[in-house]
Amino acid sequence: MTRESGAFGPFGGQFAPETLMPALAELEEAWTAAQEDPEFRAELDEMLRDYVGRETPLTYAERLTEQLGGAQIWLKREDLAHTGAHKINNALGQVLLARRMGKPRIIAETGAGQHGVATATACARFGIECIVYMGEEDVRRQALNVFRMGLLGAEVVPVKSGARTLKDAINEAIRDWVTNVRTTHYLIGSAIGPHPYPVIVRELQSCIGREARDQLQEKTGKLPDVAIACVGGGSNAIGLFHPLIDDPVRLIGVEAAGEGLDARHAATLSGGSPGVLHGTRTYVLQDEHGQITEAHSISAGLDYPGVGPEHAWLMLTERAEYVSVTDDEALDGLKLLSETEGIIPALETAHAIAYAAKIAPEMSPDEIILLGLSGRGDKDVEIVRDALESREP
Amino acid sequence: MADLGKRYRRAFAAAAASGDGPLVFPFLTAGFPTPEETPELVRAAIRGGAGGFEIGVPFSDPIADGPAHQDAYTVALAAGASLDTALEAVRTAREAAPEVPITLMGYLNPFLSVGCSTDDETEQPGEAVGEPMEALARRAAEAGADGLIVVDLPVDESDAAREVLARHGLAMIYLLAPTSTEERIAAVAERASGFIYLVSLTGVTGARDQVAADFEAFVGRVRAQTDTPLAVGFGISRREHVEQVGTLVPAAIIGSALTTTIASAPPDGRAEAVERYLEVVTGRRSE
Repeated sequence: MTRESGAFGPFGGQFAPETLMPALAELEEAWTAAQEDPEFRAELDEMLRDYVGRETPLTYAERLTEQLGGAQIWLKREDLAHTGAHKINNALGQVLLARRMGKPRIIAETGAGQHGVATATACARFGIECIVYMGEEDVRRQALNVFRMGLLGAEVVPVKSGARTLKDAINEAIRDWVTNVRTTHYLIGSAIGPHPYPVIVRELQSCIGREARDQLQEKTGKLPDVAIACVGGGSNAIGLFHPLIDDPVRLIGVEAAGEGLDARHAATLSGGSPGVLHGTRTYVLQDEHGQITEAHSISAGLDYPGVGPEHAWLMLTERAEYVSVTDDEALDGLKLLSETEGIIPALETAHAIAYAAKIAPEMSPDEIILLGLSGRGDKDVEIVRDALESREP
Repeated sequence: MADLGKRYRRAFAAAAASGDGPLVFPFLTAGFPTPEETPELVRAAIRGGAGGFEIGVPFSDPIADGPAHQDAYTVALAAGASLDTALEAVRTAREAAPEVPITLMGYLNPFLSVGCSTDDETEQPGEAVGEPMEALARRAAEAGADGLIVVDLPVDESDAAREVLARHGLAMIYLLAPTSTEERIAAVAERASGFIYLVSLTGVTGARDQVAADFEAFVGRVRAQTDTPLAVGFGISRREHVEQVGTLVPAAIIGSALTTTIASAPPDGRAEAVERYLEVVTGRRSE
């Protein structure tokens, strides 16, 4: 029983309890059939256009470029998608898939709440029951998003196990799925988990890179020299990178170095090692006994001790580079974009901005950086205010 | 591999010959509530009539476990439990009961950590988790284990790991669930040794009031494809459950209910509680 697909070299695979294995096969089958069905494609495209607001703009960051004095910086504006982040692309696609599969109930995990809100939104649009697992600590930190999910008709279940954050929410969602697998679709929010999830999420997010590639060529006649995106689980990064994979473009994923790589961080590829977590073989943060350790980042969306297996593969094959940026640097990145472009980015996105600001000055003005602006920062202003206040002398 | 799983075979054969009803395999979380207490709890379970053993390795992210085991793993890890604690428990059980089959049970990641291999020259994920199991297999075999259950290593990814285990005389014990298709049952039947672990219900570990209604049909589907002995776990907590499943399969695995028994016993009465509980579920003592 050797599976042909689902592997990214030694990464990926299906390391799931037996109870779920038939559901994963069913999901793969449904996904393959949907891909080949023009009606599915047409329905998804229509929803992405008329409901999500795609295509999202590609914005030339003129004042940011001037201030950094190097490469041109172009922003792929996922912050302008409905619900304010790229998460809706995946949520909507998987809800359509769940409908095809006849699953009347959808479960999801969420950290900061962005994926939970996107899932609740897509479920509300189609009248599907929606349960969102969220660590109790995150429920406390992101009270407003909890309220938003409630407004959208979703049930938010606080998770009391472990550190009560994203990792534990995923554990609890998987337990629900193990129990209710016959009626339930697990709508995973990033390019993680057992096959076929990393592929499904990548394909549903690849509109980011496809559109950006076309838009940039239209506006400049060129491909980017560098594409940069932040990486937690890595769904927005893989969505940006994948359509550029055969192009001569430097791909840079920016992880969260938290308080520094020698302290608490969430830089799984930069500071972790290979292991198996949540159904996939990938890089994880772990101790010498193989116990998964807690991640830390100021950005709840990057606060995850694993990473999508395709990113582990892109690092191993040296097709992409993975770097990291601290909480402090990300805050500076957030301020920089806000002040120069009038765009308050999500704290996740701010990591990519901070790294772009490091390399842009070293590049020439005819070179282009394409930056995945994965989400807007309204959700983070309270955390940012507290963090900025506490670092003032 | 002629003697792969010999203790399992002997134990099942002896149970069948005795007519005493099904074997009961207690599942004990290594290091719960403390690593120091584990050896005594293992010996107590043997005194109570354990027909085999599952020694559980605690893990930080147990996705197939209900609250009782989640809590037990958290407590055990906080008390410093590790794979070493589990191997020590295997050794204790082996010394106390030379003929009882002992299975190490856990999630993949802690098992992989023993080898610390980060060899990424392999072609695919299943192979990548094979070689790192070598060090674990050697140590588990030395401690006296007969087999390994890896909750998150389904048959699809297991070939490389199974070969490594076999080199050390260890059986790979597969799980099947009510959701398993005939094709998946066949794949397991083809590879199984020792016994096949039937997950009685669609869900996570934890005591339930009743045995799942469709369990008999599930056993029938598996029986149609294999003669390998079957053991049932998940949701089994009472003597009446053991008697009920015992008409269908020769062994029952009891985990969460035993964990709860330990958790709710007074600190100086845990071993006694384990012994008495095993006596009750094995039918040696009425409640």
